[in-house]
Amino acid sequence: MPGARLPEEAMAMRVAKEFRDGMLVNLGIGLPVYCASYVPPEVEILSHSENGLLGYGAIITDREEADPNLVVAGGQSVRRKPGMAIFDQAESFAIVRGGRLDLAVLGAFEVSERGDLANWCRPGKEIASTIGGGMDIACSARRIIAMMTHTTSENRPKIVRECSAPLTAPRCVSLIVTDIAVIEVAREGLVLKEVAPGWTPEEVQALTEPQLILAPDLSEMTLS
Amino acid sequence: MPINKVMGSFDEAVADIFDGAVIPIGDFGGPAENPSYLIAAVARKGAKNLTIVCNRAGFGIKLLESGLVQERFRPLIPVPLDWYDQGLLVERRQVSKAIISALATGTATGFTLPLEEQVVAGEVELELVPQGVMAERLRAGKAGIPAFYSPTAVGTLLAEGKEAREFDGRVYLLERAIRGDFSLIRAHKADRYGNLVYKGTGRSFNAVMAGASNVTIAEVDEVVEPGELDPECIVTPAAYVDRVVVRPREPRPWYEPM
Repeated sequence: MPGARLPEEAMAMRVAKEFRDGMLVNLGIGLPVYCASYVPPEVEILSHSENGLLGYGAIITDREEADPNLVVAGGQSVRRKPGMAIFDQAESFAIVRGGRLDLAVLGAFEVSERGDLANWCRPGKEIASTIGGGMDIACSARRIIAMMTHTTSENRPKIVRECSAPLTAPRCVSLIVTDIAVIEVAREGLVLKEVAPGWTPEEVQALTEPQLILAPDLSEMTLS
Repeated sequence: MPINKVMGSFDEAVADIFDGAVIPIGDFGGPAENPSYLIAAVARKGAKNLTIVCNRAGFGIKLLESGLVQERFRPLIPVPLDWYDQGLLVERRQVSKAIISALATGTATGFTLPLEEQVVAGEVELELVPQGVMAERLRAGKAGIPAFYSPTAVGTLLAEGKEAREFDGRVYLLERAIRGDFSLIRAHKADRYGNLVYKGTGRSFNAVMAGASNVTIAEVDEVVEPGELDPECIVTPAAYVDRVVVRPREPRPWYEPM
Protein backbone atom coordinates (compact mmCIF):
# COMPACT_ATOMS: atom_id res chain seq x y z
CA MET A 1 0.00 0.00 0.00
CA PRO A 2 1.36 3.44 -0.87
CA GLY A 3 1.66 6.12 1.78
CA ALA A 4 -0.90 8.84 2.45
CA ARG A 5 -1.45 11.74 0.07
CA LEU A 6 0.11 14.93 1.38
CA PRO A 7 -2.34 17.52 2.68
CA GLU A 8 -2.50 20.92 0.98
CA GLU A 9 -0.40 22.56 3.70
CA ALA A 10 2.43 20.11 3.14
CA MET A 11 2.36 20.73 -0.62
CA ALA A 12 2.46 24.46 0.05
CA MET A 13 5.45 24.00 2.38
CA ARG A 14 7.27 22.00 -0.29
CA VAL A 15 6.62 24.65 -2.93
CA ALA A 16 7.78 27.37 -0.54
CA LYS A 17 11.19 25.67 -0.38
CA GLU A 18 11.70 26.91 -3.95
CA PHE A 19 11.49 30.55 -2.84
CA ARG A 20 14.78 32.45 -2.89
CA ASP A 21 15.70 35.86 -1.51
CA GLY A 22 14.52 38.76 -3.62
CA MET A 23 12.26 36.74 -5.90
CA LEU A 24 9.13 38.29 -7.34
CA VAL A 25 6.56 35.52 -7.00
CA ASN A 26 2.99 35.20 -8.24
CA LEU A 27 0.84 32.71 -6.38
CA GLY A 28 -2.14 31.61 -8.44
CA ILE A 29 -5.76 31.19 -7.41
CA GLY A 30 -6.58 27.97 -5.55
CA LEU A 31 -3.94 25.84 -3.84
CA PRO A 32 -0.95 28.10 -4.64
CA VAL A 33 -2.33 31.03 -2.61
CA TYR A 34 -1.51 29.17 0.59
CA CYS A 35 2.22 29.01 -0.21
CA ALA A 36 2.40 32.62 1.03
CA SER A 37 1.95 31.34 4.57
CA TYR A 38 5.04 29.11 4.38
CA VAL A 39 7.74 31.44 3.13
CA PRO A 40 10.83 30.38 5.12
CA PRO A 41 11.53 33.06 7.79
CA GLU A 42 15.07 33.66 6.53
CA VAL A 43 13.87 34.30 2.96
CA GLU A 44 12.33 37.57 1.75
CA ILE A 45 10.25 37.54 -1.41
CA LEU A 46 7.88 40.05 -3.02
CA SER A 47 4.48 38.49 -3.61
CA HIS A 48 2.67 39.72 -6.72
CA SER A 49 -1.09 39.50 -7.17
CA GLU A 50 -2.49 40.23 -10.60
CA ASN A 51 -5.21 42.56 -9.34
CA GLY A 52 -2.45 45.06 -8.62
CA LEU A 53 -0.51 44.30 -5.47
CA LEU A 54 3.18 43.71 -4.80
CA GLY A 55 4.83 42.85 -1.50
CA TYR A 56 1.68 41.99 0.45
CA GLY A 57 1.59 40.27 3.83
CA ALA A 58 -0.03 37.12 5.19
CA ILE A 59 -3.52 35.98 4.25
CA ILE A 60 -6.15 36.99 6.80
CA THR A 61 -8.23 34.04 7.95
CA ASP A 62 -10.40 35.85 10.51
CA ARG A 63 -13.36 37.52 8.80
CA GLU A 64 -13.48 40.24 11.48
CA GLU A 65 -10.11 41.46 10.26
CA ALA A 66 -10.82 41.10 6.55
CA ASP A 67 -10.59 44.28 4.47
CA PRO A 68 -12.43 44.25 1.11
CA ASN A 69 -10.09 46.99 -0.06
CA LEU A 70 -6.99 44.84 0.28
CA VAL A 71 -7.52 41.54 -1.45
CA VAL A 72 -5.50 39.23 -3.69
CA ALA A 73 -6.76 37.78 -6.95
CA GLY A 74 -8.32 34.75 -5.28
CA GLY A 75 -10.48 37.05 -3.15
CA GLN A 76 -8.64 36.55 0.14
CA SER A 77 -7.95 39.62 2.23
CA VAL A 78 -4.26 40.09 3.06
CA ARG A 79 -2.27 42.05 5.60
CA ARG A 80 -0.63 45.34 4.77
CA LYS A 81 3.13 45.14 4.81
CA PRO A 82 5.65 47.97 4.85
CA GLY A 83 7.03 48.39 1.34
CA MET A 84 3.85 47.13 -0.31
CA ALA A 85 2.78 48.75 -3.59
CA ILE A 86 -0.68 49.07 -5.15
CA PHE A 87 -1.18 49.68 -8.85
CA ASP A 88 -3.74 49.19 -11.60
CA GLN A 89 -4.47 46.14 -13.71
CA ALA A 90 -2.54 47.28 -16.79
CA GLU A 91 0.54 48.01 -14.68
CA SER A 92 0.15 44.65 -13.00
CA PHE A 93 0.29 42.79 -16.30
CA ALA A 94 3.09 45.01 -17.57
CA ILE A 95 5.05 43.54 -14.66
CA VAL A 96 3.98 40.06 -15.78
CA ARG A 97 4.54 40.37 -19.54
CA GLY A 98 7.63 42.49 -19.02
CA GLY A 99 9.31 39.40 -17.57
CA ARG A 100 9.65 40.63 -13.97
CA LEU A 101 8.14 37.54 -12.34
CA ASP A 102 10.91 35.20 -11.23
CA LEU A 103 8.46 32.48 -10.31
CA ALA A 104 4.78 31.73 -10.63
CA VAL A 105 3.01 28.90 -8.86
CA LEU A 106 -0.11 27.85 -10.74
CA GLY A 107 -2.79 25.25 -10.21
CA ALA A 108 -3.37 22.74 -13.02
CA PHE A 109 -5.91 20.32 -14.43
CA GLU A 110 -3.22 18.63 -16.51
CA VAL A 111 0.49 18.96 -17.29
CA SER A 112 2.00 17.19 -20.28
CA GLU A 113 5.40 15.53 -20.45
CA ARG A 114 6.68 18.56 -22.36
CA GLY A 115 5.47 20.96 -19.69
CA ASP A 116 2.30 22.08 -21.47
CA LEU A 117 -0.08 23.53 -18.90
CA ALA A 118 -3.87 23.18 -18.96
CA ASN A 119 -5.54 25.01 -16.10
CA TRP A 120 -8.38 27.15 -17.40
CA CYS A 121 -11.06 24.84 -18.68
CA ARG A 122 -12.03 21.21 -18.68
CA PRO A 123 -12.63 19.48 -22.01
CA GLY A 124 -16.05 20.33 -23.41
CA LYS A 125 -16.44 23.34 -21.12
CA GLU A 126 -14.79 25.81 -23.49
CA ILE A 127 -17.64 28.28 -23.44
CA ALA A 128 -18.39 28.29 -19.72
CA SER A 129 -14.95 28.91 -18.29
CA THR A 130 -12.64 31.28 -16.58
CA ILE A 131 -9.30 32.36 -18.00
CA GLY A 132 -8.33 35.02 -15.49
CA GLY A 133 -4.67 36.00 -15.50
CA GLY A 134 -3.26 32.49 -15.88
CA MET A 135 -2.53 32.67 -19.60
CA ASP A 136 -0.64 35.95 -19.31
CA ILE A 137 1.38 34.64 -16.37
CA ALA A 138 2.08 31.18 -17.82
CA CYS A 139 3.68 32.59 -20.97
CA SER A 140 5.70 35.26 -19.17
CA ALA A 141 7.09 34.17 -15.79
CA ARG A 142 10.71 32.99 -15.83
CA ARG A 143 9.82 29.79 -14.01
CA ILE A 144 6.47 28.05 -13.53
CA ILE A 145 5.70 25.52 -10.83
CA ALA A 146 2.50 23.54 -11.34
CA MET A 147 1.00 22.66 -7.98
CA MET A 148 -1.78 20.08 -8.06
CA THR A 149 -3.08 16.76 -6.83
CA HIS A 150 -1.33 13.96 -8.71
CA THR A 151 -4.60 12.47 -9.99
CA THR A 152 -8.20 13.50 -10.58
CA SER A 153 -10.89 12.66 -8.03
CA GLU A 154 -11.47 9.49 -10.13
CA ASN A 155 -7.79 8.62 -9.65
CA ARG A 156 -6.85 9.29 -13.27
CA PRO A 157 -3.39 10.75 -13.98
CA LYS A 158 -3.16 14.53 -14.38
CA ILE A 159 0.41 14.24 -15.63
CA VAL A 160 -0.18 13.05 -19.17
CA ARG A 161 1.49 12.57 -22.56
CA GLU A 162 -0.83 15.07 -24.25
CA CYS A 163 -3.22 17.39 -22.45
CA SER A 164 -6.85 16.67 -23.28
CA ALA A 165 -7.98 20.00 -21.82
CA PRO A 166 -7.31 23.20 -23.79
CA LEU A 167 -3.86 24.63 -23.07
CA THR A 168 -3.13 27.67 -20.96
CA ALA A 169 0.34 27.84 -22.47
CA PRO A 170 2.57 25.29 -24.21
CA ARG A 171 5.93 24.18 -22.73
CA CYS A 172 5.92 26.48 -19.75
CA VAL A 173 6.05 24.28 -16.62
CA SER A 174 9.47 23.47 -15.20
CA LEU A 175 8.55 21.80 -11.91
CA ILE A 176 5.47 19.82 -10.82
CA VAL A 177 4.72 19.54 -7.11
CA THR A 178 1.91 17.11 -6.27
CA ASP A 179 0.56 15.38 -3.20
CA ILE A 180 2.84 12.39 -3.87
CA ALA A 181 5.87 13.60 -5.83
CA VAL A 182 8.12 16.36 -7.12
CA ILE A 183 8.85 16.07 -10.84
CA GLU A 184 11.11 18.19 -12.98
CA VAL A 185 10.28 18.85 -16.61
CA ALA A 186 13.63 18.38 -18.29
CA ARG A 187 14.77 18.29 -21.89
CA GLU A 188 15.00 14.49 -21.80
CA GLY A 189 11.57 14.05 -20.18
CA LEU A 190 9.97 14.03 -16.75
CA VAL A 191 12.47 13.45 -13.97
CA LEU A 192 11.16 12.10 -10.67
CA LYS A 193 13.11 14.01 -8.02
CA GLU A 194 11.21 13.30 -4.81
CA VAL A 195 8.49 11.01 -3.55
CA ALA A 196 6.19 11.66 -0.60
CA PRO A 197 6.88 9.64 2.58
CA GLY A 198 5.70 6.05 2.16
CA TRP A 199 5.60 6.15 -1.66
CA THR A 200 7.85 4.19 -4.00
CA PRO A 201 8.83 5.42 -7.47
CA GLU A 202 6.85 2.48 -8.92
CA GLU A 203 3.68 3.60 -7.13
CA VAL A 204 4.14 7.16 -8.40
CA GLN A 205 4.77 5.85 -11.92
CA ALA A 206 1.55 3.81 -11.79
CA LEU A 207 -0.41 7.07 -11.38
CA THR A 208 1.57 8.96 -14.04
CA GLU A 209 0.93 8.51 -17.77
CA PRO A 210 4.35 9.33 -19.29
CA GLN A 211 7.42 7.30 -18.39
CA LEU A 212 9.32 8.91 -15.51
CA ILE A 213 13.10 9.11 -15.44
CA LEU A 214 14.45 8.44 -11.95
CA ALA A 215 16.76 11.19 -10.76
CA PRO A 216 20.17 9.92 -9.61
CA ASP A 217 19.57 11.80 -6.33
CA LEU A 218 15.92 10.71 -5.98
CA SER A 219 14.89 11.25 -2.36
CA GLU A 220 11.99 11.40 0.02
CA MET A 221 10.25 14.77 0.08
CA THR A 222 11.18 16.96 3.05
CA LEU A 223 9.23 20.02 4.01
CA SER A 224 11.67 22.18 5.92
CA MET B 1 -17.51 79.30 -15.08
CA PRO B 2 -15.71 77.04 -12.66
CA ILE B 3 -15.33 73.47 -13.86
CA ASN B 4 -17.58 71.13 -11.91
CA LYS B 5 -18.03 67.51 -12.95
CA VAL B 6 -19.87 66.51 -9.80
CA MET B 7 -23.49 65.54 -10.43
CA GLY B 8 -26.24 65.25 -7.87
CA SER B 9 -27.92 62.14 -9.17
CA PHE B 10 -26.92 58.70 -10.42
CA ASP B 11 -29.96 58.59 -12.71
CA GLU B 12 -28.91 61.86 -14.30
CA ALA B 13 -25.31 60.65 -14.66
CA VAL B 14 -26.35 57.65 -16.78
CA ALA B 15 -29.32 59.27 -18.55
CA ASP B 16 -27.63 59.25 -21.98
CA ILE B 17 -26.53 55.59 -21.94
CA PHE B 18 -28.17 54.30 -25.10
CA ASP B 19 -29.30 50.87 -26.30
CA GLY B 20 -26.34 48.99 -27.78
CA ALA B 21 -23.72 50.96 -25.81
CA VAL B 22 -20.37 49.38 -24.93
CA ILE B 23 -19.83 49.83 -21.20
CA PRO B 24 -16.63 48.88 -19.40
CA ILE B 25 -17.58 48.33 -15.75
CA GLY B 26 -15.01 48.52 -12.95
CA ASP B 27 -14.69 45.09 -11.40
CA PHE B 28 -12.27 42.55 -10.13
CA GLY B 29 -13.88 40.07 -7.78
CA GLY B 30 -15.10 41.75 -4.63
CA PRO B 31 -17.60 44.41 -3.52
CA ALA B 32 -15.02 47.20 -3.25
CA GLU B 33 -14.35 47.33 -6.98
CA ASN B 34 -17.85 47.63 -8.44
CA PRO B 35 -19.54 51.01 -9.06
CA SER B 36 -22.71 49.57 -7.49
CA TYR B 37 -24.91 52.65 -7.70
CA LEU B 38 -24.02 53.42 -11.32
CA ILE B 39 -24.84 49.82 -12.21
CA ALA B 40 -28.14 50.14 -10.33
CA ALA B 41 -28.93 53.35 -12.22
CA VAL B 42 -28.31 51.62 -15.57
CA ALA B 43 -30.60 48.79 -14.41
CA ARG B 44 -33.32 51.34 -13.57
CA LYS B 45 -32.86 53.10 -16.87
CA GLY B 46 -33.25 49.79 -18.68
CA ALA B 47 -30.89 50.39 -21.62
CA LYS B 48 -30.77 47.22 -23.72
CA ASN B 49 -28.36 45.28 -25.97
CA LEU B 50 -25.44 46.45 -23.91
CA THR B 51 -21.93 45.09 -24.36
CA ILE B 52 -20.35 44.87 -20.92
CA VAL B 53 -16.59 44.76 -20.47
CA CYS B 54 -15.53 43.55 -17.05
CA ASN B 55 -13.43 40.96 -15.26
CA ARG B 56 -16.18 38.63 -14.05
CA ALA B 57 -19.66 37.56 -15.03
CA GLY B 58 -21.14 39.01 -11.82
CA PHE B 59 -23.39 37.35 -9.26
CA GLY B 60 -26.57 39.32 -9.82
CA ILE B 61 -29.04 40.45 -7.22
CA LYS B 62 -30.70 37.09 -6.60
CA LEU B 63 -27.50 35.35 -5.54
CA LEU B 64 -26.25 38.35 -3.58
CA GLU B 65 -29.53 38.67 -1.69
CA SER B 66 -29.81 34.91 -1.12
CA GLY B 67 -26.86 34.98 1.28
CA LEU B 68 -25.15 32.23 -0.74
CA VAL B 69 -22.38 34.51 -1.91
CA GLN B 70 -21.68 35.55 1.66
CA GLU B 71 -21.79 31.96 2.84
CA ARG B 72 -19.36 30.69 0.22
CA PHE B 73 -17.04 33.67 0.45
CA ARG B 74 -16.49 32.90 4.12
CA PRO B 75 -13.95 33.26 5.63
CA LEU B 76 -13.09 35.81 3.00
CA ILE B 77 -14.63 39.23 2.62
CA PRO B 78 -17.87 40.59 4.08
CA VAL B 79 -20.58 41.19 1.48
CA PRO B 80 -22.23 44.60 1.95
CA LEU B 81 -25.98 45.12 1.47
CA ASP B 82 -25.40 47.49 -1.42
CA TRP B 83 -23.22 45.33 -3.65
CA TYR B 84 -24.84 45.55 -7.07
CA ASP B 85 -22.72 44.04 -9.82
CA GLN B 86 -22.95 43.54 -13.58
CA GLY B 87 -24.98 40.38 -12.92
CA LEU B 88 -27.92 42.67 -12.18
CA LEU B 89 -27.86 43.96 -15.77
CA VAL B 90 -27.60 40.38 -17.04
CA GLU B 91 -30.55 39.24 -14.93
CA ARG B 92 -32.64 42.07 -16.32
CA ARG B 93 -31.76 40.96 -19.87
CA GLN B 94 -30.00 44.22 -20.70
CA VAL B 95 -26.80 42.55 -21.92
CA SER B 96 -26.33 41.06 -25.39
CA LYS B 97 -22.55 40.65 -25.30
CA ALA B 98 -20.01 40.19 -22.52
CA ILE B 99 -16.26 40.68 -22.85
CA ILE B 100 -14.90 39.14 -19.66
CA SER B 101 -12.05 37.01 -18.32
CA ALA B 102 -13.97 34.92 -15.78
CA LEU B 103 -17.31 33.30 -16.53
CA ALA B 104 -17.47 30.59 -13.89
CA THR B 105 -16.36 31.67 -10.44
CA GLY B 106 -13.74 29.67 -8.60
CA THR B 107 -14.30 30.85 -5.06
CA ALA B 108 -18.07 30.45 -5.18
CA THR B 109 -18.42 27.12 -6.88
CA GLY B 110 -21.77 25.45 -6.71
CA PHE B 111 -24.02 28.05 -8.22
CA THR B 112 -24.66 29.05 -11.77
CA LEU B 113 -24.22 32.71 -12.56
CA PRO B 114 -26.88 34.51 -14.61
CA LEU B 115 -24.42 35.20 -17.43
CA GLU B 116 -23.33 31.57 -17.58
CA GLU B 117 -26.97 30.54 -17.96
CA GLN B 118 -27.62 33.01 -20.75
CA VAL B 119 -24.37 32.20 -22.57
CA VAL B 120 -25.04 28.46 -22.46
CA ALA B 121 -28.59 29.13 -23.72
CA GLY B 122 -27.12 31.11 -26.62
CA GLU B 123 -28.81 34.32 -25.54
CA VAL B 124 -25.68 36.32 -24.83
CA GLU B 125 -22.53 36.45 -26.94
CA LEU B 126 -19.38 35.78 -24.94
CA GLU B 127 -15.85 36.91 -25.64
CA LEU B 128 -13.49 35.35 -23.11
CA VAL B 129 -10.28 37.35 -22.82
CA PRO B 130 -7.19 36.72 -20.70
CA GLN B 131 -7.15 39.25 -17.90
CA GLY B 132 -3.86 40.89 -18.86
CA VAL B 133 -4.94 41.15 -22.49
CA MET B 134 -8.17 42.80 -21.41
CA ALA B 135 -6.30 45.29 -19.24
CA GLU B 136 -3.96 46.20 -22.10
CA ARG B 137 -6.80 46.39 -24.64
CA LEU B 138 -8.50 48.93 -22.39
CA ARG B 139 -5.26 50.79 -21.76
CA ALA B 140 -4.68 50.94 -25.51
CA GLY B 141 -8.25 52.18 -26.00
CA LYS B 142 -7.57 54.93 -23.50
CA ALA B 143 -4.24 55.82 -25.11
CA GLY B 144 -5.45 55.98 -28.72
CA ILE B 145 -3.57 52.84 -29.80
CA PRO B 146 -5.88 50.76 -32.05
CA ALA B 147 -4.09 47.41 -31.71
CA PHE B 148 -0.95 45.81 -30.33
CA TYR B 149 0.92 42.50 -30.32
CA SER B 150 0.90 40.38 -27.17
CA PRO B 151 2.55 37.05 -26.30
CA THR B 152 -0.42 35.79 -24.27
CA ALA B 153 -2.40 32.79 -25.59
CA VAL B 154 0.07 31.83 -28.33
CA GLY B 155 -0.32 28.07 -28.90
CA THR B 156 -3.81 27.94 -27.37
CA LEU B 157 -7.44 27.87 -28.56
CA LEU B 158 -7.62 31.62 -28.14
CA ALA B 159 -5.01 32.18 -30.82
CA GLU B 160 -7.35 30.81 -33.50
CA GLY B 161 -8.31 33.44 -36.03
CA LYS B 162 -5.83 35.98 -34.68
CA GLU B 163 -3.03 37.43 -36.74
CA ALA B 164 0.30 36.07 -35.48
CA ARG B 165 3.60 37.79 -36.10
CA GLU B 166 7.14 37.11 -35.08
CA PHE B 167 9.31 39.77 -33.49
CA ASP B 168 12.89 39.01 -32.42
CA GLY B 169 12.29 35.28 -32.62
CA ARG B 170 9.09 35.15 -30.57
CA VAL B 171 5.49 34.85 -31.80
CA TYR B 172 2.88 37.40 -30.76
CA LEU B 173 -0.84 37.83 -31.44
CA LEU B 174 -2.52 40.96 -32.70
CA GLU B 175 -5.03 42.27 -30.16
CA ARG B 176 -7.51 45.08 -30.80
CA ALA B 177 -8.02 47.93 -28.36
CA ILE B 178 -11.30 48.32 -26.50
CA ARG B 179 -12.79 51.78 -26.60
CA GLY B 180 -16.14 51.95 -24.83
CA ASP B 181 -19.00 54.41 -24.96
CA PHE B 182 -19.34 54.79 -21.18
CA SER B 183 -16.89 53.61 -18.51
CA LEU B 184 -18.58 53.10 -15.16
CA ILE B 185 -15.94 53.16 -12.46
CA ARG B 186 -15.53 53.30 -8.69
CA ALA B 187 -12.97 55.47 -6.93
CA HIS B 188 -12.37 56.69 -3.37
CA LYS B 189 -12.00 60.46 -3.61
CA ALA B 190 -12.51 63.01 -6.36
CA ASP B 191 -12.34 66.75 -6.70
CA ARG B 192 -14.66 68.83 -8.89
CA TYR B 193 -12.19 68.61 -11.79
CA GLY B 194 -12.48 64.82 -11.80
CA ASN B 195 -9.06 63.95 -10.42
CA LEU B 196 -9.31 60.57 -8.71
CA VAL B 197 -7.62 58.46 -6.08
CA TYR B 198 -8.63 54.90 -5.24
CA LYS B 199 -8.72 52.80 -2.10
CA GLY B 200 -6.44 49.77 -1.91
CA THR B 201 -6.99 47.07 -4.48
CA GLY B 202 -10.22 48.80 -5.55
CA ARG B 203 -7.95 50.46 -8.11
CA SER B 204 -7.45 47.33 -10.29
CA PHE B 205 -9.59 47.66 -13.43
CA ASN B 206 -11.19 50.95 -12.36
CA ALA B 207 -8.10 53.03 -13.03
CA VAL B 208 -7.58 51.28 -16.39
CA MET B 209 -11.17 51.89 -17.51
CA ALA B 210 -11.02 55.56 -16.55
CA GLY B 211 -10.62 57.20 -19.95
CA ALA B 212 -11.11 53.99 -21.93
CA SER B 213 -14.52 55.23 -23.14
CA ASN B 214 -15.89 58.35 -24.76
CA VAL B 215 -17.52 59.19 -21.42
CA THR B 216 -16.16 58.14 -18.01
CA ILE B 217 -18.47 58.27 -14.99
CA ALA B 218 -16.93 57.81 -11.54
CA GLU B 219 -18.78 56.78 -8.40
CA VAL B 220 -16.83 57.98 -5.36
CA ASP B 221 -16.97 57.85 -1.56
CA GLU B 222 -16.18 61.53 -1.19
CA VAL B 223 -15.63 64.77 -3.09
CA VAL B 224 -12.88 66.99 -1.68
CA GLU B 225 -11.79 70.55 -2.37
CA PRO B 226 -9.32 71.09 -5.23
CA GLY B 227 -5.82 70.92 -3.76
CA GLU B 228 -6.70 68.38 -1.10
CA LEU B 229 -5.56 65.55 -3.36
CA ASP B 230 -1.76 65.63 -3.49
CA PRO B 231 -0.90 66.25 -7.17
CA GLU B 232 2.02 63.81 -6.79
CA CYS B 233 -0.40 61.08 -5.77
CA ILE B 234 -3.36 61.56 -8.11
CA VAL B 235 -3.88 58.22 -9.87
CA THR B 236 -6.36 59.25 -12.56
CA PRO B 237 -5.94 62.80 -13.85
CA ALA B 238 -9.08 64.85 -14.51
CA ALA B 239 -8.54 64.57 -18.27
CA TYR B 240 -10.05 61.07 -18.24
CA VAL B 241 -13.11 61.77 -16.11
CA ASP B 242 -16.34 63.39 -17.28
CA ARG B 243 -18.80 62.91 -14.41
CA VAL B 244 -18.52 62.26 -10.69
CA VAL B 245 -21.31 61.08 -8.39
CA VAL B 246 -21.03 60.54 -4.62
CA ARG B 247 -22.16 57.26 -3.08
CA PRO B 248 -24.84 57.44 -0.37
CA ARG B 249 -23.61 57.08 3.23
CA GLU B 250 -26.09 54.34 4.06
CA PRO B 251 -26.92 51.40 1.76
CA ARG B 252 -29.88 52.06 -0.52
CA PRO B 253 -31.90 49.51 -2.51
CA TRP B 254 -30.93 49.31 -6.15
CA TYR B 255 -34.43 50.01 -7.49
CA GLU B 256 -34.88 53.39 -5.72
CA PRO B 257 -34.35 56.44 -7.97
CA MET B 258 -31.43 58.48 -6.71
